[in-house]
Amino acid sequence: MRIDCPYCGERDAQEFVYRGDASLMRPESEDGMADYVYLRDNLAGPMTEHWYHAQGCRTWIAVTRDTTTHAMLGAIFARDGVR
Amino acid sequence: MKGYCRYFGREATAQPLGFMTHFSILSLARNALSRHSGWQPTWRDAVPKDGYDVIIIGGGGHGLATAYYLAAVHGITNVAVLEKGWIGGGNAGRNTTIIRSNYLLPGNAPFYEWSMKLWEGLEQELNYNAMVSQRGVLNLVHSDAQRDAAARRGNGMRLHGVDAELLDVDGVRKLAPFLDFDQARFPIMGGLHQPRGGTARHDAVVWGFARGASDRGVDIVQNCEVRGFLRDATGTVVGVETSRGLIRAGKVGMAVAGNSSRIAALADLRLPIESHVLQAFVSEGLKPVIPGVITFGAGHFYISQSDKGGLVFGGDIDGYNSYAQRGNLPVVEDVCEGGMAVMPMIGRVRLLRSWGGIMDMSMDGSPIIDRTPIDGLYLNAGWCYGGFKATPASGRCFAHLLATDRAHETAAAYRLDRFRTGHLIDEKGQGAQPNLH
Repeated sequence: MRIDCPYCGERDAQEFVYRGDASLMRPESEDGMADYVYLRDNLAGPMTEHWYHAQGCRTWIAVTRDTTTHAMLGAIFARDGVR
Repeated sequence: MKGYCRYFGREATAQPLGFMTHFSILSLARNALSRHSGWQPTWRDAVPKDGYDVIIIGGGGHGLATAYYLAAVHGITNVAVLEKGWIGGGNAGRNTTIIRSNYLLPGNAPFYEWSMKLWEGLEQELNYNAMVSQRGVLNLVHSDAQRDAAARRGNGMRLHGVDAELLDVDGVRKLAPFLDFDQARFPIMGGLHQPRGGTARHDAVVWGFARGASDRGVDIVQNCEVRGFLRDATGTVVGVETSRGLIRAGKVGMAVAGNSSRIAALADLRLPIESHVLQAFVSEGLKPVIPGVITFGAGHFYISQSDKGGLVFGGDIDGYNSYAQRGNLPVVEDVCEGGMAVMPMIGRVRLLRSWGGIMDMSMDGSPIIDRTPIDGLYLNAGWCYGGFKATPASGRCFAHLLATDRAHETAAAYRLDRFRTGHLIDEKGQGAQPNLH
């Protein structure tokens, strides 16, 4: 897999650290905290996820990727908000 | 051999139950006289009925074992196993065939040791050669701290009645003289050995359970994809919608590790699971060279040699969510580097095949065998990359749950609500980050 980093351009996925589903929102209160920490949609198909470009620009990016084919469907800086 | 072969996709005509041939040296000799033309299919490829007492979704090792034990132990024979493709075509056919019970934590050790004991009697029980071979599992250690951890694990195992030996470097040298003992970076300082561990033939396990279940009246239905759940007015699951029509059921059990979240989503259920891809590899066939299962302690690499001679090995999951059943090259490289670090002799061996399977990576690295919040729906999931060794006990415990509505004592810790209540079984101590387990 190659990831199109918005800062560095297309780089090997090995340069990145995987964090997982980018759609999870930390709840305001303790209610829902267990769901936030442990439950996942675990989508089959396009999914937006956080990757950290550890061996590159060292920014967090949000990558949309098809989990059934590994096809890359786009990447933006995480700070620009997928949430 | 024809007797081990099933004609997939062709429906058997209605055959009487109990048609199973008893395999023995006599039946082998008798069939040899007729040039092996008389072997019958070992199990029935059934057409689904309108309804069953219990439906198991997933015709892998765990689903078929569940059906077998429902029939054999609990006397529940009005059971169907629904399989989207062909039986044993998922993770049951993609693992590295290792069986072991070298677990540390109280929630895990009794379960996996019971599974080990079931493996030891499985072939006699099923009258089927599952090629269970207790050739030993050796975990190498490369530092003082690792040796301490191995001693702790070994002590934990022995307290649970599991066999374990802490070997010094000479002990390891006797078992596996070909290892790179004086490697500059990761010298081998000893190992933790479980002599009763070993390997089993993955698809023989599938076929053996299928045969045992089918012969007791269980319908094994292939090419039957579950696309939804039938719910009554109270929300109780009362059947499934499939690619072969509606099928009603008293209870529905899911044994679809790798795809558990997808099936659970059909019932609006979210699970503490991520699906990840794990790759495995087999080399060209060689003369016997590796005596048991050997794992490298400084990286993630495990290897054994199949009876056909191929070196079967693997390492870490790729580390990102995937349903693709194939991985990427960085992990291929990483696994092969691990192999070269611990046994450089394999460097000139040619790789024959590599493949990927989809793992139910749970949030604490341990499985789930439990009821769900939805009445009528039961869950067997979250096997991470340790499901094969658990096949008999998983089936036995899931059958117990389906038959009695109570958890089996050895699987009592595998609750679905343990993530909410904090009773995690985190063997590796990694926290809720599935790609690290």
